[in-house]
Amino acid sequence: MKILSNWLRSYLPGLTAGDRELAEALTLRGIAAEGIFDLGPGKGFLFEMDITTNRVDAMNHYGIAREAAAIYGLALAPLEAPLPAASGATQPAVEVRIEAPDLCGRFTARALSGVRIQPSGGAVRERFALLEQKLISNAVDATNYVTLAMGHPTHAFDRDKVEGAIILRRARKSERLKTLDGVDRLLDPEDLVVADERKVLALAGVMGGWETMIAPETKNVLVEAAWFDPLSIRRSSKRHGLHTDASHRFERGADFNAPPLASALVSQLLLSSGGSVEGELVDVIVPDAMARTAGRAAIPLRRGEVRRILGATEDGRGVDWERSQLVLEALGCSLQVEGPDACRVTLPSWRLDLEREIDLIEEIARIYGYNRFANTLPGFSGAVVSPPERAKEDTARRSLLAVGWSEAISSSFCSAADADMFAPQPGITVAVANPLSEEAGMLRPSLAPGMLAMLAYNLNRDVYDVQLFEIGTCFSAAPGRVDERPALSLGLAGSSAASPHLPSRPFGFYDLKGAVEELLERFSIRSIYFDALPSGAGPAPAWLHPLRSARAVADGETVACFGELAPAQARQRKLRQTVFVGEIYLDRLYRLPLRRPIARELSRFQPVRRDFSFIFPASVRWQQIASALDELSLADLAAFAPREIFRGETVRDSRAKDGKRPAGGLPADHYSILIGTTFQSFTGTLRDEELQRYSEAVVAALESLGGKQRG
Amino acid sequence: MSDPEKPATIDFSPASLDRLFQAHRSEFDRDLADAHNDTGREAVRIKWLGRKQGKLALYSSGYMQQAPSPDAKKEVGRRFNELKQHVESRLEGLASGSQSETAAGEAAIDVTLPGMRRRPGAEHPLIKTMHEIVAVFEAMGYSIGVGPEVETDYYNFESLNFPPNHPARDTQDTLLIAGQEAKPLRERLLMRTHTSPVQMRTMERQPPPVRIVIPGKVHRNDAADATHSPIFHQVEGLCVDENITFSDLKGTLDHAMKALFGSAVKTRFFPSFFPFTEPSADVQISCIFCGGSGCRKCKQSGWIELLGCGMVDPAVFAFAAQKQPAYDAGKISGFAFGMGVERLAMMKYGVSDIGQFYSGDVRFLEQFG
Ligand SMILES: [Zn+2]
Repeated sequence: MKILSNWLRSYLPGLTAGDRELAEALTLRGIAAEGIFDLGPGKGFLFEMDITTNRVDAMNHYGIAREAAAIYGLALAPLEAPLPAASGATQPAVEVRIEAPDLCGRFTARALSGVRIQPSGGAVRERFALLEQKLISNAVDATNYVTLAMGHPTHAFDRDKVEGAIILRRARKSERLKTLDGVDRLLDPEDLVVADERKVLALAGVMGGWETMIAPETKNVLVEAAWFDPLSIRRSSKRHGLHTDASHRFERGADFNAPPLASALVSQLLLSSGGSVEGELVDVIVPDAMARTAGRAAIPLRRGEVRRILGATEDGRGVDWERSQLVLEALGCSLQVEGPDACRVTLPSWRLDLEREIDLIEEIARIYGYNRFANTLPGFSGAVVSPPERAKEDTARRSLLAVGWSEAISSSFCSAADADMFAPQPGITVAVANPLSEEAGMLRPSLAPGMLAMLAYNLNRDVYDVQLFEIGTCFSAAPGRVDERPALSLGLAGSSAASPHLPSRPFGFYDLKGAVEELLERFSIRSIYFDALPSGAGPAPAWLHPLRSARAVADGETVACFGELAPAQARQRKLRQTVFVGEIYLDRLYRLPLRRPIARELSRFQPVRRDFSFIFPASVRWQQIASALDELSLADLAAFAPREIFRGETVRDSRAKDGKRPAGGLPADHYSILIGTTFQSFTGTLRDEELQRYSEAVVAALESLGGKQRG
Repeated sequence: MSDPEKPATIDFSPASLDRLFQAHRSEFDRDLADAHNDTGREAVRIKWLGRKQGKLALYSSGYMQQAPSPDAKKEVGRRFNELKQHVESRLEGLASGSQSETAAGEAAIDVTLPGMRRRPGAEHPLIKTMHEIVAVFEAMGYSIGVGPEVETDYYNFESLNFPPNHPARDTQDTLLIAGQEAKPLRERLLMRTHTSPVQMRTMERQPPPVRIVIPGKVHRNDAADATHSPIFHQVEGLCVDENITFSDLKGTLDHAMKALFGSAVKTRFFPSFFPFTEPSADVQISCIFCGGSGCRKCKQSGWIELLGCGMVDPAVFAFAAQKQPAYDAGKISGFAFGMGVERLAMMKYGVSDIGQFYSGDVRFLEQFG
């Protein structure tokens, strides 16, 4: 909103501060001048103001001048508009009936006769030019000028087009009005309208009607100045998508006492180019509305409460009680002193935002200046507690960051198709009523679609090596509510590029699994296993590759599903590279405590390594081999691991020239595996006969699984 | 001190054998370390491996003769062999290097090629910024508060003194959950537009004193552009106790900003309006880039707007008191504050498009590694 410094000064004859200083002083009091522009010699400054929505009273020159008067302790020139005596009879020239007293609290009408509609001149023309406000005609400009001057919207009708009494009522069903913007509108039975006895004249407080618009040939004018219920105006404005300067002010609460003055100011301007007042001002007041606004009961203000809320000032004296009272008076309150430490405050009709003692305390602090309060620190009491998940989330994050995964954040929303595809169960998806786009129409039931979108984003920009995780919330519908669960997604594509001149290794399933293992290892899990996703029924996500995906089960609960993206999904997303994706169900993982490292004793004796080369049927999984070795319960079997696995035509051999040699002799549907073992005792150096016994046990266990030892 | 030429008389317990052979090994290591050239190393070789007078030869014959039993001989033999292996391998390793530094035709490696790096992942700049803010308040005795991202109208608006149909609601375009029309307004679900609902949930759960800091993700129905995003993050705080004052609010935020940006940072407070605080303030800090002299980042003003805050409105306490009567606005008071994480991170790291935070673009994210 634009404000002219010279216009402000016209209300503040005693103001000595310069324009820049004034702008700064106002800004520090919350009447923010966001920009100030020098208009040239003698023209003062233009302030571009940003007034908060609660301060509709300051959205005009006089209101801002009042603030300056309070800040500087100056007198504010009174606003007056004496009109020439009414010509002819003192009989009201028009009848006004308020038939919707809940929506219209006050309505004034003044009849002017023999006016001349012409371009504005004088102060109106000058100030509008500086404000870059469009000039229309003296009648319309007068209403706009008064709004800029003192904030109360008014409206001028061509009185010759009004038929009979003015009636404030709700619109009738199917009633229509062509508004000043030329739009023919179907009115709602909850819209407050200004009507005459035959038709609707205006959408009250929002916009006037086309038919009674002031035209060049208009001779007789009816000036409306009224007070409308804020909520009613807000609803009409929203309903018709019509946000006007008038509706903006009325819906924030206009000044109940302003209509007669606003009407006089408009009339005075219009009469300056001819015409006369006809009859007395018609002023209809709804007592209930007045009681809620201009007639509010006084409220108490206690000195102790001011101190309790505001605290210490920089000068150490605290907020001055006498000065506080003067400030409130300058803002329009009237004070009735009740002893040395209390008073009763009658609130100004234009400050509907003031209702309670705390509101007055805010005014005192505001005008005093926030930056004149001291910086103190409250004493400490209570205990510091963190949500239990916090340490777990931090641990998950840190462990993945440490091994090369970068953290990403994706949208909380997804498309309906993705919601259906990625929801862990059918029928639990949650739709947004007013989404930003169809693609963001649902709350994400899983982090996987967001991760796939991020993978695609990178691959589409020729960034092929991607290693990302996200920690976030997933949503699912439950009866009457939306459930939220924390989850972690992993996305992997490309290869581990350690150095540009050394061979890189393409990422594979086991890189993803490694990250899952890394993460799970941070938690104290009694038993954990990984298996292929059960096909068909159950929790097998259809978005994972049926042969190259897995789940992790910790203490009986599935805590992760991960693997290569299903080919159909990859095709649908136009991903030509192999990508790996996984989701970790943090809600389940968080039920487990974090693992606390415990030092165990280390053996002083030499470890002995033994390798076992075996051929197994393809159906035998490493998990079975590992279980079989575990079940041997050999205390001295310190470690074992799968080393070389061969399923195809060659096997890795570091001694061969190209690092490979033909495997040869593998029966169909079999694979060879080299199992490395380490034996170590805590009680002594292992003897040959012990090692022999252990080896035999290992071989027997492996053979019992169908394995054949290779020579 | 024993005669170096002749092994001392010893008892043959395993422990003293261990001690003895460890001493020999240390002596050899010292000799070798003291030998700085080929001549010196040759002397060490002769001293230890000389065929007749070499120490190992002497020990071998000496200890074996003294060993009282076959078992003792075995113990000595094992340790002796270990020592010999050690001596030989160390001397051998040196020899291969010293005789000729390079094999014929061997080329030098290019040490200027980039090394093999295992980079840690990059922390997300928003998460990192959020953690930094939270850490400052944790150090001031604040606990962390969390709450749901899908909220009811009651917690997101009504209990924070946004009455139904109030214009203040217009400033927060809200994403609504579908299918809620049949419910009363206060029970309707929406995506929280700020983390403030956690303040009310916390007060309902525990009587004062309360001191919490709330980091979290929030959503608004804002079309995305360079500075707007339907998703963003906030850190809010709440402090409630007896005798909490506006000057405490000022002091707390001034201290926190100094802890975050350095002790030279200044703060200033402007009146503002939020439905849930009264008095309300916007807080500016002196520009962290130019120190206040004016630069592009602060639009030449020397100040950067960073926080909204205020004293908790008594109306908010009245809502809390419905479940926890101790929130009696006549007896307790408090302040609340909040800041946008994106705004701060964009400024701090020079990010020009807010959308980059949510794209997952590896090139963008890796800059923060
Ligand atoms: Zn700057």
